[in-house]
Amino acid sequence: MKLSIYRYNPEKDARPYMQDYEVQLEHSDRMLLDALIKAKAQDDSLSFRRSCREGVCGSDAMNINGKNGLPCITKLADLPQHVTLRPLPGQPVVRDLIVDMTQFFKQYHSIQPYVVNHEAPPERERLQSPAQREELNGLYECILCACCSTACPSFWWNPDKFVGPAGLLQAYRFIADSRDQDTAARLDNLEDPYRLFRCHSIMNCVDVCPKGLNPTRAIGKIKDLLVKRSV
Amino acid sequence: MSLALPVRKYDAIVVGAGGSGMRASLELARAGLKTAVLTKVFPTRSHTVAAQGGIAAPLANSTEDNWHWHMYDTVKGSDYLGDQDAIEYMCRRANEVVVELEHMGMPFDRLENGKIYQRPFGGHTQDYGSAKMAMRACAAADRTGHAMLHTLYQQNLRANTQFLVEWMALDLIRDPQDGAVVGVTALEMETGEVSILQAKAVLFATGGAGRIYAASTNAFINTGDGLGIAARAGVPLQDMEFWQFHPTGVYGAGVLITEGVRGEGGYLINKDGERFMERYAPNAKDLASRDVVSRAMTTEIKEGRGCGPEADHVLLKLDHLGPEVINQRLPGIREIAIKFANADPVREPVPVVPTVHYQMGGIPTNYLGRVVVHEGSNHESIVPGFYAAGECACVSVHGANRLGTNSLLDLLVFGKASGEQVVKDLQTSPKPHRNLPKDAGEQTRARLARLEAAGSGERVADVFAELRRTMQAHCGVFRFPDDLAKGVERMKAVAERAARVYIQDKARTFNTARVEALELDNLVETAMSTIVSAEARKESRGAQARADFPERDDKNWMKHTLWYKEGNRLAYKPVQLKPFTVEAFEPKARTY
Repeated sequence: MKLSIYRYNPEKDARPYMQDYEVQLEHSDRMLLDALIKAKAQDDSLSFRRSCREGVCGSDAMNINGKNGLPCITKLADLPQHVTLRPLPGQPVVRDLIVDMTQFFKQYHSIQPYVVNHEAPPERERLQSPAQREELNGLYECILCACCSTACPSFWWNPDKFVGPAGLLQAYRFIADSRDQDTAARLDNLEDPYRLFRCHSIMNCVDVCPKGLNPTRAIGKIKDLLVKRSV
Repeated sequence: MSLALPVRKYDAIVVGAGGSGMRASLELARAGLKTAVLTKVFPTRSHTVAAQGGIAAPLANSTEDNWHWHMYDTVKGSDYLGDQDAIEYMCRRANEVVVELEHMGMPFDRLENGKIYQRPFGGHTQDYGSAKMAMRACAAADRTGHAMLHTLYQQNLRANTQFLVEWMALDLIRDPQDGAVVGVTALEMETGEVSILQAKAVLFATGGAGRIYAASTNAFINTGDGLGIAARAGVPLQDMEFWQFHPTGVYGAGVLITEGVRGEGGYLINKDGERFMERYAPNAKDLASRDVVSRAMTTEIKEGRGCGPEADHVLLKLDHLGPEVINQRLPGIREIAIKFANADPVREPVPVVPTVHYQMGGIPTNYLGRVVVHEGSNHESIVPGFYAAGECACVSVHGANRLGTNSLLDLLVFGKASGEQVVKDLQTSPKPHRNLPKDAGEQTRARLARLEAAGSGERVADVFAELRRTMQAHCGVFRFPDDLAKGVERMKAVAERAARVYIQDKARTFNTARVEALELDNLVETAMSTIVSAEARKESRGAQARADFPERDDKNWMKHTLWYKEGNRLAYKPVQLKPFTVEAFEPKARTY
């Protein structure tokens, strides 16, 4: 198969360019990441992140034929013979397919991603009913790969001001947790023309999430809570 | 390269931001120590993220349970190679660390009464090995490691832990006077800059090295960096012959399918559709210890009862659990099976094969996380300033075979204990930093300079592939004397080739070719220690199953192996058979 890959080494390239690689696939190659590793065996300067190779660590997010995804769980059988790989859109490129994710993590950190409970912890576990726990499904599974936020036009325009779908999904994960007592402060933190309300329900995030999560729905729930609180 | 390396000073450095590293760093940050946590990948990308089934703790939420039973199971599971003081310590602190994790926000599954959901797991029993299984594995669906790693990262954010993300530790710096560890050298990947990180305490939490095998459940980053660094600095590696083959890696892909599948009621079948574990382990059946199940599967395949056109795997059946249980308790497994095995477990069985998964051995430590070495008659001589926890450490709680769910517990208990110990050591007798030795960083500079200068030689990918093939062929589930001896020779050739590797990419910025070349050095130390230790141990125990010595030999071999890089030499030290407060569990025949 043919891979056209975005190349940029800031030490020698005035501007980025696309480079083609012909890769001979074997029967044991199942995923796009396998092909990418073969390309790197031809040219060790080709740079990308990867780790778990099973879609749980979130390292290898990139833009695959125009759509963000994880090559480690993108089946070769589902791809055309010619695949174009670019770094995640809208992020500063460090080198080749490696982007600087500082802004993305800064937004994640800004939503206070941890359970806050002001009572002294009991001797045993805090109780939570199966129904309360169920509220966290579809939220806690996020792998912070950034496929969603970097597919979001609102995040492209205002990465410093708009939290973005990944961060907002996690904001709702903590609001939804029956053990968390900081809902009011969490809503205050998001009641802002940019932080939450730059989401215009374009739903690119839902379209690209490799874990099948739905940030738009979570954002809608936060908006509902803000409306409810104001009346 | 001739300029002195820049120096950064900390109270403590943690190398690795997986479960144990981040549990430890939480103690350090909360104590207000100036700490840096170095990590090759962003913390939530560490391999703890891939753990699935659960964390062992005798909470007794669903079945009667207590730490004594858990301790017995762990000692038996270790095939009596585990140190009973450390095992007692771990089992007694299990409930505390799991409840604490819940308080931190861990999204455990729940029972109707609101308590943490627990499922059965291999080798975990009630009443000292009775036929009744204990429900001891605290689970967040089949994403327990992911949930735990994210929870620990979140708590570290709250505690303002300083992370050095995408930094790779390269070599240890020791004081030549007494061998104390005074820092590490490290590469910042984004800039290519190499620094000395000076500290009063260095805690290794670098994880495992499952990548030394061709078929592995492990992530690409699991290259045994801490082991290689320690070995190069003269620290021995303990019990490296013991590698766990997980019974259920996806055939052909290696990706893990949790034992929790069998905990929920799934089972293995051969080509005749027979539930063959009933023959090998009449009581525990599919929930026997992992070494037992992996050997049974390998025997089935060897005797011609494997499945598929090549008769080279068996099947994991779980469709009878129904879509509801699968979707609620095993959603991640369903996702993996569909993606990597083209099999939807709701309808069809999943092809699986024993796949290397976990390293029981590692850097020798005591139960407080202090690295200990063997000196003269003292086999517990402390290396000042050096600590280790998690998979890179050998405490030894897993001995010759680890029970499922005891690894996440190990990370929490010994991550916390080693963190507490560092705080105690630094705060009870505060001392200034020791001076760095004159040649600090020289070893690292020499390694990098060689890579920089080499314009030709061996390709990293080729040598790495040969290393993995060698280990797979010569040091597998069953081990044969000729294979092992030949494997040692083959590994020596690999090591020689590894010393001649070159890279084409000489850029400073995020040079992953350089990172892989540096990782190869660590893989070589890990693989060499494994095969040399395995060749020398003339018995079968836990994960070491030798065709020529099929029995356990307590008289001659109930002892820990210590491998030294220098001279490729072995030494041995006794197993700690004495627990702290209870009677020792005497070795007996191990059946399930």
